[in-house]
Order: sequence, then structure tokens, then C-alpha cells
Amino acid sequence: MFSRDKWNEVIESLSSNLFRTVLTAFGVFWGIFILVILLAAGNGLENGVKNIFSGISSNSMFMWSQTASKPYKGLPKGRRYNFDLDDVTSIKQKVNGLKYVSPRNQLGGFGGDNNVVRGLKNGAFNVYGDYPDIQNQEPMKILQGRFINQNDIENKRKVAVIGEGVLSELYEIDENPLGTYVKIQGVNFMVIGVYKKRGFGGGNAEEDQKQIYTPFTAFSQAFNYGERVGWMAITAKDSYSVTNLKEQIFDVIKTNHKIHPEDDRAIGNFDLYEQFSKIQGLFIALNAVAYFVGILILLSGVIGISNIMLIVVKERTNEIGVRRALGATPWSIRGQVLFESVFLTLIAGMAGIAFATGILVIINFVLPEGGDIPFANPSVDLPTVIIALLILIIAGLLAGFIPAQNAIKVKPVDALRTE
Amino acid sequence: MIEIKDLHKSYKVGKNALHVLKGINFSVKEGELVSIMGSSGSGKSTLLNILGILDEADEGTYHLDGVPIKNLNERIAANYRNKFLGFIFQSFNLINYKSALDNVALPLYYQGISRGERNDRAMSYLEKVGLAEWATHKPNELSGGQKQRVAIARALASHPKVLLADELTGALDTKTSYEIMDLVQKINDEGKTILVVTHEEDIAQMTKRIVHLKDGVIINDEKVEQVRAIENV
Repeated sequence: MFSRDKWNEVIESLSSNLFRTVLTAFGVFWGIFILVILLAAGNGLENGVKNIFSGISSNSMFMWSQTASKPYKGLPKGRRYNFDLDDVTSIKQKVNGLKYVSPRNQLGGFGGDNNVVRGLKNGAFNVYGDYPDIQNQEPMKILQGRFINQNDIENKRKVAVIGEGVLSELYEIDENPLGTYVKIQGVNFMVIGVYKKRGFGGGNAEEDQKQIYTPFTAFSQAFNYGERVGWMAITAKDSYSVTNLKEQIFDVIKTNHKIHPEDDRAIGNFDLYEQFSKIQGLFIALNAVAYFVGILILLSGVIGISNIMLIVVKERTNEIGVRRALGATPWSIRGQVLFESVFLTLIAGMAGIAFATGILVIINFVLPEGGDIPFANPSVDLPTVIIALLILIIAGLLAGFIPAQNAIKVKPVDALRTE
Repeated sequence: MIEIKDLHKSYKVGKNALHVLKGINFSVKEGELVSIMGSSGSGKSTLLNILGILDEADEGTYHLDGVPIKNLNERIAANYRNKFLGFIFQSFNLINYKSALDNVALPLYYQGISRGERNDRAMSYLEKVGLAEWATHKPNELSGGQKQRVAIARALASHPKVLLADELTGALDTKTSYEIMDLVQKINDEGKTILVVTHEEDIAQMTKRIVHLKDGVIINDEKVEQVRAIENV
């Protein structure tokens, strides 16, 4: 199929009018170039926005208790209740597909009073009671020491992991915080680690560094929370979506706390995955637009190729007649034309992909690292390139189809008569 | 070798049918060198095209080496042309971007013969027509006579049963024409069946049998005393 003769003939035929061939090829070159650039730009935007989400695992939701809005089993509406540790255990037991269920408690908060004291310095920080899992749900970098572990939980150790922001407010520069104590609402906690967070969204970046993590058990004991759980951060396994599991989780809570099954207001939640999915949908649409526009431009290039192949076939009518008199089958003639058109399309397309890649390299080089604009690393992955190549081959076949059909439509005897 | 019976062929010209062949009965035995003569419009080219499986008759039968040629699809027709027939044209019809060798090898390419063997065989035929040293030249570097020799080598390359020549000397001067006819006679001497369509009396006299066509019927079919072309060069 790919014998030397065939190559020779293709090269010969295409180079016989090089300028025309190059002009024709440019249409396809441009089409695939636009397609790749559009896809890469969409990708860059997606990467940029995903960067913003990277501070938190996106398949997560947060839920907190509100007041029951319907009377149920003799209990009045407007009743307050709190999550407790039993809820956590039963959620873990009854709902399949959850990766982390982290109960959390919090002191301080937005606009809170100074609650942490160290020597002469003090400050207002968010203080959390947490399990070690939270480190996976809100990824952070440990700069010094370590994070809370299971032993801290079991032994109710009064230890704390402080943020970079806390460190800079309560400590002198170059002071080693590990092993020192901070007084949180009058209770001393030993600092065992310092963290730095990527943060969720640009706005809270500073606030996110001014937090203190303590073991959940120690927190509850120190601040008299008992079994109470303030809210929960729940992350589903990768193959599940937390949005789909949400109702099951609510049902568990409703059963545990005698809440009316149809009471939608008793449990507050923020579904990060749902928000994330909406953005995801936007990118799918963006991709579709890129393909649509790119393929349409490519199509005009392909029509150009088809046109030129028609002319080439017309020019070579006599030669085709001779070949058929010498025993060329219709398929060998057709194959020749198709091969030529696919070859031209592929070469032009690959040049387009290469050129687009070159442009992307330059853009990546110029683009500021970690800038505020939600645009990062515009690129196309290998599958996309393979899809583009497949599109090219199909386009080449389509472009060659009518000319190939024309080439054998003329009867050999008529073709021979053509000069 | 060739058996045709009651062959009819008509073309549509506008609304009218032009009856070109009106019942041709004709046969050629192996080893014959036959010329078909007639003025233009007599139907000789049409007859040759039908014999060459480039065109199909409306009525009548055609047997080539005992094989009935009827209702062939294009693939089989191409195969038969390749196996049974060698064509020589007035305008040579060489492919101008291929060397003489590649031109000769082309029918073998369509037989699926490997490149090496193809070139060996093509080379031997080029030697036979005396153009071995021109093997790498393109047709536009050859003279008319040389081109026709390449075309003859090409026609011979696939070991055809019959050579069909359409006005093979039409584009050549007299001296070159006779040289080409000499080559044709030599090939015939080796036993190849050859049909020549011509309207030149002197060329026809160099064959062994002349068939006269007029208005779509054979008006005369006679054996003649062959004039050796070499004597007239």
C-alpha cells in the first residue's frame, strides 16, 4: 500500500505545482491551527479556574444544623438541635462512597474578639477542633513540625497547628514556635506545627493563614463542647459525587434527630461539588464551541483541497485513461487520489499543529507564573491531538472522495481521447 | 485468438443514435499481423476500442483467447486488459514524469510484481527495442520514434496475447514509421498476434492481412504479400 512508487507519484503530483499546493494546504493548516489554539485557550481558562479551586477538594460539601421547620413526632417546630459524634459514626456506617467525614468545631470567627494570647501579644484567630482527615480536605503545606495525628485525638493532647499568619502576629521574626505555648481562651496549647494554605478563592488568602488547628477531642474538652459537632466537612470518593449522596446523609441526620423527613430547612449545606460542576459545564460548552468553530474553519480548508484535487484529476484525465488501459483497477485509481488528498491534508494539518504548539510554548513562556488572571498553562493533551489527526484523516478522505469518484467516472476510452 | 460475431455498436448523438458498427464478423488467429483500414468515421477506432475492452458492444459476441468478453465490471476488465492486451497509441501516451524504465514497468506494477523483478523485466524489453541506455530518461527527452519504441516495450511487458496499435505511426515521419514497423514485424515474427489500425496504405502493406472497413461494415478482408519494412528504410 505504501510502496515507494506510490510515494513517488504523490510527491511528483503535489510538487508539479508547488505554489498551488502550498496555498491549498494553507487552508487546512489554518483550520487546524485555530482548532488547537481554541482548545488550548479553553484549557488554559479551565486550568486557571481550577487553580482557584485547588485549595480544597472539590467533591465536598459542608453542612450545619439549623432549626427544625416542621413539627414531627410530637416535637414542635422551631426546635434547635446540634450534630454530635454519633451522627458522624452513623453517617460513616450507613452511607457508601464517602471518603472523609470530618466533624468540626470552631471558636472565634469573622469580627471576633481577641481570643489567643501569647505573652504580651494577642490576636483574633479562628480556632478549630479537627480530625487529621481535614488536612486532605483543605490541602495545606506544613512548614515546620507536623499536623494533628490520631494519637493527639486519642490522648486529647492540647496541641495546636498554627498558620503562617498567626506565627507572624504572635512571634518575633526568626523565633522557633515549636514547643512554645499559646493561650486560647485561657487554655494553654503547645504549638507543634506551622502550616501554609493554598487558600480557596483569592479573597480569603490572608484569612486562611490566620487559623489554628487543635485536636477535636482536646478542643471539646477544653471548651466544654461535649459530644457537640459544629458542622461537618464531607468528601465523597472520586467515583461518587457528593451531590448524589447528599440526600442519604441528610436522611441519617433526620432519623437521628427526629426531624420530619420532608423538612428541607433543618440542615444547612454548601455543596462545593455542585458549584464546581456548574463551572465544569461551562468548560464543556467552551470546548464544544472550540470544536465547532475549529472544525468549520477546517472544513473550508478541506473544501479547498477537494477543489484542487478535482483540478488535478481533470489535468490527469489522459494519464488516468492510459493507466486504466494498462490494467489499473478503479480502486487503484481511486486509492491514488484519496491517498494524495489524505497526504496533503495530514502534512498541512501536522504543520498547523506544530505551529500552534510553538505559539503555545511562547505563550506559556510569557505568561506570569501564579498570576491573578484565571488563565494557566494553555495546552492540548495527546488525546486531543490524536482526535485532531483523526479529524484530518477523515477530512482528507472526504476531500478526496468526489475527485476520486470523478477520476473513474470517465470511461477509459474517453479518458484516452482527452489531450 | 480473436472471435467476433455480428458486432453492433451505436452512439447517442443528441437525440439520434449513430450506428457505427453494423454487424462485424471477424476473427484473428494466433501469430497474425492484421491491419484494419478505413477512412475516418468508418468505425475502425470503435472496433479497436471494443477489441481492447475499453468499450463494450451493444450486440454480438466477442471471444478473446476463448474467454467471452461480455458485461465485465471495471475491475475484471482492467485485469483482462492487463493480462491479454498491449496498447500502442498514436500519441504514445507515456506518462511524462516517469522514466522510460518506469513507463515500461507500469503494467507489471498493476500485476503486483515486486519492484526488483519489474525493473529487470522492463529493462529486458527496453533492450529489445534498443533503448537500454535511455532507460532513465523521461519521455520529453526522447524523440518520437524512441517514444513509440518505449510504448511498444510497455505494451510487450505484461506478456499480452494481442498487441493493439492505433495509428502507431500517425505522429512519425516516414523513415521513423518504417523503423517502427520493422520492429513490429520482428515482434510478429516471434509469434505475437498484432492488430494495427491505420489509414496509410504503405503501412497496411507491411502487415500480412488487410481488413477494409467502410461505414461500419467490412467490405474487404484479404491476405497480402507482406512488404518488409527494413527494405524501405
